Amino acid sequence: MRWFRKPSNVPLWREEFPVFTADERYVSRRQLTKFLTLTSFGMFAGNLWIFAKSVLYRTPVYPRTIVASIGEITVGGVKIISYQAANDPCLMVRTGEDSYVAYSQKCTHLSCAVYYEREANRIKCPCHQGYFSIADGSVLQGPPPRPLPRVVLERDKGQLVAIRMEGAGS
Amino acid sequence: MFGMEFYVDPSRCIGCQSCLKACEECDTHRGVSMINFDFIDRKESIATAAYVCWHCDDPTCAQVCPADAIKKYEDGIVGSSLKPRCIACSNCVLACPFGIPKIVPQYEQMMKCDMCYDRTSVGKRPMCATVCPSQALAYVKPEVIAARREKPVNTFWFGNQKITTKVYMMAPAEAQEIAIDVADYTWEKNS
Repeated sequence: MRWFRKPSNVPLWREEFPVFTADERYVSRRQLTKFLTLTSFGMFAGNLWIFAKSVLYRTPVYPRTIVASIGEITVGGVKIISYQAANDPCLMVRTGEDSYVAYSQKCTHLSCAVYYEREANRIKCPCHQGYFSIADGSVLQGPPPRPLPRVVLERDKGQLVAIRMEGAGS
Repeated sequence: MFGMEFYVDPSRCIGCQSCLKACEECDTHRGVSMINFDFIDRKESIATAAYVCWHCDDPTCAQVCPADAIKKYEDGIVGSSLKPRCIACSNCVLACPFGIPKIVPQYEQMMKCDMCYDRTSVGKRPMCATVCPSQALAYVKPEVIAARREKPVNTFWFGNQKITTKVYMMAPAEAQEIAIDVADYTWEKNS
């Protein structure tokens, strides 16, 4: 209201609560129609934007990054790796003699850092007691709405190579 | 409204208090009179004065109302307080230079003369003006009042505050406006 006001000596509160009933302003039919038209135009434009985004969607290109060497961590061990973005660490777990998994460390609920709970063999978010499966990152319990994004690993001559992220969204 | 104006002439008041009773009978505020009735100087004189709200062009009572409860309508009437809004804070009572608004404790609301808005807005005369036998309270057309010896005045000075009103006061023929030295009239004065 204050931004759309013409310069005036009358204080805003007096303009909104006038002494004279003749000075009272009500929303007119035309104002309401304007509001409705502009709002529906805004929603139309927003839908166009969403549509354009889905049409112009491009599959992201992931780099191949060496994140660890085989045998670097023991069975049940954890290594924090960074893939793609240095500030967005991922959690790599050696779940068996020959199996490794890696997930984004950012909880899908409110972005707390999750950690591997070895005794229960699951990933836990300590903020709101969210639990993720170690097998595929799916939500076991708690408020997180989506599974953890998964880092797909590949074995390459004694090295573990991250090749892409799955479920990270667009 | 409908070509008629309200004229108050305290010199004609005979103190019969018919206006008070007529006001009490109004349906919109049954039992509560909104006439301000004064004995001018009871010790020395039998003079009385009955008057109604003056319906100022820029109503001080409404200007000071913190609850936005007093409104001046488009035909010049300053309404009584709006019941859902009035918080009975007495700001208007203290601010009105004429001393018109009154707090009615049992309703926790300020009530004042609204010139019988239910009647005058449809062309009828206010209750008090219909019963006043000496027409100290008169609601007539200006040409009718012009026949009187006194002159209608609607400009008042209270110290430095100039007030113009919808209701006229009948003043001596040579008067242009009515000026009141507020300090001089304060009753605490020792003289």
